[in-house]
Amino acid sequence: MANKLHIIANFKKYKYLLSQLIIKEIKLKYRRSYLGIVWTLIEPLLTMIVLTVVFSAFLGRDGIADGLPFPVYILAGRLLYAFFSGSTKGAMKSVRTSARMIKKVYIPKYMYPLSSILANFLTFLISLIVLVGVAIVMKVQPTWWMLGTIIPIIQLLIMCVGMGLLLATISVFFRDFEYLWGVALMLIMYTCAIFYETSRLGESAWILEINPVYAVIKNFRNCICGVGFDAPSMIYATVFGVVTLILGVVLFYKKQDEFILHL
Amino acid sequence: MAKKVAIKVENVGMKFNLSADKVDNIKEYFIRLIKRNITYKEFWALKDVTFSINKGDRVAILGYNGAGKSTLLKVICGVLKPTEGHVKTNGRIVPLLELGAGFDPQYTGAENIYLYGAVLGYTKEFIDSKYDDIVEFSELGDFIHMPVKNYSSGMRARLGFSIASVVDPEILILDEVLSVGDVMFRKKSLRHINQMMSEGVTVLFVSHSVAQMRKICNKGLFLDCGTVKFFGDLEDAIELYESDEQYLMSRKNRRRARRKQRRLERLQAEKQEGGTNQ
Repeated sequence: MANKLHIIANFKKYKYLLSQLIIKEIKLKYRRSYLGIVWTLIEPLLTMIVLTVVFSAFLGRDGIADGLPFPVYILAGRLLYAFFSGSTKGAMKSVRTSARMIKKVYIPKYMYPLSSILANFLTFLISLIVLVGVAIVMKVQPTWWMLGTIIPIIQLLIMCVGMGLLLATISVFFRDFEYLWGVALMLIMYTCAIFYETSRLGESAWILEINPVYAVIKNFRNCICGVGFDAPSMIYATVFGVVTLILGVVLFYKKQDEFILHL
Repeated sequence: MAKKVAIKVENVGMKFNLSADKVDNIKEYFIRLIKRNITYKEFWALKDVTFSINKGDRVAILGYNGAGKSTLLKVICGVLKPTEGHVKTNGRIVPLLELGAGFDPQYTGAENIYLYGAVLGYTKEFIDSKYDDIVEFSELGDFIHMPVKNYSSGMRARLGFSIASVVDPEILILDEVLSVGDVMFRKKSLRHINQMMSEGVTVLFVSHSVAQMRKICNKGLFLDCGTVKFFGDLEDAIELYESDEQYLMSRKNRRRARRKQRRLERLQAEKQEGGTNQ
């Protein structure tokens, strides 16, 4: 109990540091680019256009996927996936790239992965503006279900924190994981159904069901087109997120004192 | 006035596992695991270190290279967690292990003041109130709005020292940091430390300059091979350190002479061998 109180008190003390680290990450990402933070809007918009052009010609369909206009469908998938890949990659590298600091001053070590994830989360939230804009332009009917999108977003955030802490810990001891995770992310991307309809997969659609990020994307899209939640993927995403979070926190806390010896 | 304890170090030991080759990839790890070949050489950088420092004491830490001075400071700041024993500190620690270690090179000086302040655990309001003092003390002028990566090492040191000293530390830890910066700044820093000392700040000071120690400290801690050899009056510690140093030097010289002799003999032997082969 005393330990828990200590952790909370410590967090309060370093709250300002967390915000500083988040600001730093965002600031440095866009420093020296003329458009700066506007890139968080332009970049997804451009990739959406590219993907739409490429894949709608390829599919030759009426431009509707699972009840959503194709650009909205793609953008929804891509934004969520980009947040997942960006934040887990960032968190994984955060401890190693802060080695200089870890060796010289004491700050709670979870600050490094957490700030990296939250910085990605912030830019992700900003980039959702593009999705709203495109949805309006494509005349997606607004429903109350759209407010429900907050639930898949929270699920994804929990998942990212869990995975981020796990990967950050493991990659300190085994640098290989940075490459392995790159490959794993590619697999996750292709099984996220970002630019194709799941019905086209037919029999092998079950592959997607084991991808927790796809479960989140599915519910997110369902909310946008007003269908409502898909119960199995809802439960799956929640369970997966909570389990990885617990595993990540436990592993990180157990190993954090050894980080400095391996950096 | 009862003296309060600022730092209490109890039976602290710090063990490092030194392996000849660092295993940091999975393939290597498993091959070694199967071959049962993960061998570490244990190395105790600190062993059974116990002492306590009262509030307001300025303690110089003496010792040769590799005696464990920096490790001890890192354990006290909490950067390293001791393998055994524990450290209790009472008061806000501001470590200056290496000036500008918490800086981000791409950030400007001004941004780094806030970042470093946050790293030390201060709030935004507090740093706001101290910002002008820090900039003034550092004498950086307009350079404060330049990225730190363009700073000279002296400028970086000045900024680091300014932040650490202006934010009212209760325990100040200095690891060979006063040797940087130009003469003017060094004098100013010493003056500032003297002023803080009169306000009752506790200082831990590592340096190889005995003159600086005499200016700042009142107590000495002599570390040798990870153990405390002496803790007490500064002059006694310095005397012990210097006499011991001479002893080591002479021993080292003797060893060096012997090694040279052996090398000469080997060379001669090889020459003779080469001669007989031809």
